[in-house]
Amino acid sequence: MQHFIEILTKPDNIPITLLLVSCIFFTWLYWVKAKKNDSQEMPDEAKMDDKVQVWPYLVRVEFIATIAVMALLVVWSVFLDAPLEEPANRALTPNPSKAPWYFLGLQEMLVYFDPWIAGVVLPTLIIVGLMAIPYVDINPKGNGYYTYKERKFAVLTFCFGFLILWVSLIVLGTFMRGPGWNFFFPWEKWDPHYVAVLTNVDLSEYFGIPTRLPDNTINPVAFVFGAACVFGFYAIGPIYWYLKRNDEIMQKLGLLRYAIVSFLFLTMMGLVIKIILRLAPLMFGINPVKYVWVTPWFNI
Amino acid sequence: MLEAFKKTEVYKSIFRHGYQDTQRNRALQIVDNVFLHLHPVRVPRHATNIGYTWGMGGITFLLFIVLTITGVILMFYYRPTAQYAYEDMKYLMNDVPFGPLIRNMHRWAAHAMVLTVMLHMFRVFLTGSYKPPRQFNWVVGVILLVLTLLLSFSGYLLPWDQLAIWAVTVGTNMARATPLLGHEGPFGPELGMRIDNDVRFVLLGGTEVGPPTLLRFYVGHCIFLPLIAAIFMAVHFWRVRKDGGISGPETGKRTA
Repeated sequence: MQHFIEILTKPDNIPITLLLVSCIFFTWLYWVKAKKNDSQEMPDEAKMDDKVQVWPYLVRVEFIATIAVMALLVVWSVFLDAPLEEPANRALTPNPSKAPWYFLGLQEMLVYFDPWIAGVVLPTLIIVGLMAIPYVDINPKGNGYYTYKERKFAVLTFCFGFLILWVSLIVLGTFMRGPGWNFFFPWEKWDPHYVAVLTNVDLSEYFGIPTRLPDNTINPVAFVFGAACVFGFYAIGPIYWYLKRNDEIMQKLGLLRYAIVSFLFLTMMGLVIKIILRLAPLMFGINPVKYVWVTPWFNI
Repeated sequence: MLEAFKKTEVYKSIFRHGYQDTQRNRALQIVDNVFLHLHPVRVPRHATNIGYTWGMGGITFLLFIVLTITGVILMFYYRPTAQYAYEDMKYLMNDVPFGPLIRNMHRWAAHAMVLTVMLHMFRVFLTGSYKPPRQFNWVVGVILLVLTLLLSFSGYLLPWDQLAIWAVTVGTNMARATPLLGHEGPFGPELGMRIDNDVRFVLLGGTEVGPPTLLRFYVGHCIFLPLIAAIFMAVHFWRVRKDGGISGPETGKRTA
């Protein structure tokens, strides 16, 4: 535990604690405001639509906020020094080597995916997906006030992506990943000599289909099986569309918007499935899954 | 004497109006000031409610200004070469008056800015403020989020210590695996990508994080990225006004 407190209080890790605390606080604040708005005819914000003059009513808020932030920043800077370690040395690799804290969620994804997905495709999809939000969310309600009732799917999806996937994976990657990127509970000491014995298998091997033939080329049956799993998973999108095609909401959404939403949503859920496939078997003493689909060019 | 000075041409050329508490002067206070005229003269009352706005966008902008000022001061003491960078850091931390304070403020404000940008995005999402007519400003905001992360990441390398070089090594190693453009990415080798000509090589100016990378990240961190970020910020703020001011429920009257 002593050791965990050491990691927790490392100056560079303070922002993560702040992130965690502020996320919990603001989610709670949102929930209180949304519940209140949802239970009344008119949202609180609409009751406050009378005009006030910016000078002094807004400028004074900004002024006080500025002073508070500056005071906090100066105190923080006086009492905690920014880290400066040994000079850069390419011959001496620290273990674990970690990216800056805000990328640790992505670094954690490297456990579950190859670098081309975790390091390139996922960040790109996150950025593109965020940019797409205003164009695929055609629900006109909940614009300019806090509500949950009127946009459950949007709020739940975003909170899942931000709070569960982004924030908690950063926390996990920083505080519970030690040497060799091995998992350590807070009460465990980071042992640099700890070797986790993991025999990863591919998903097809659960079903007795070896990924590679004796001459080390890829088994066509496993290849087809993997492709079927991946494409079958994404086929949930079109199938759902077919089943619900006459619903009013689908009509309004249109095929293009629906395709974008379902692709991004299924990809996000795909991360979760891959994480479960990797972690859940360990609890039952079964070999965890490494790849779902192995091809000569890339593995998923 | 003050009253006499207030009647001179010099005083009147600087301060255009008096300070009596009138509606007119309150309005002039905003529109006659280059910094404050970012604001409208009047806003709906909920826009001044910190429970609604969380103040995170404004704090992000404040932190950007703090970072610009402390960053310029740091540049006086820092040379972006492998030979001097680390020594300059030691000098800054041990011998420069207020050196540690300036560097700490730069570091912690940078971390805080990443945090406040995320929270600002969270709030804008939860109030549905990206909905029409503000769709495009959300996109600009996402670009600013990415720029903030890139600014922070490029600054991470500059101390040129073990923490810096290995964090950036881990981060930029991902570029190897870029599909089509990285030498370890899907279809990369098929397209002729090698370790010395792929996208990571362009990013680092070499096959590993070395002196050319330091210079690249320095120029990017101090000149290129802040400039781009400033341009997008200008668009972001301008669009907030043009799209009807701070978001609010439909029943509220639009602010100009």
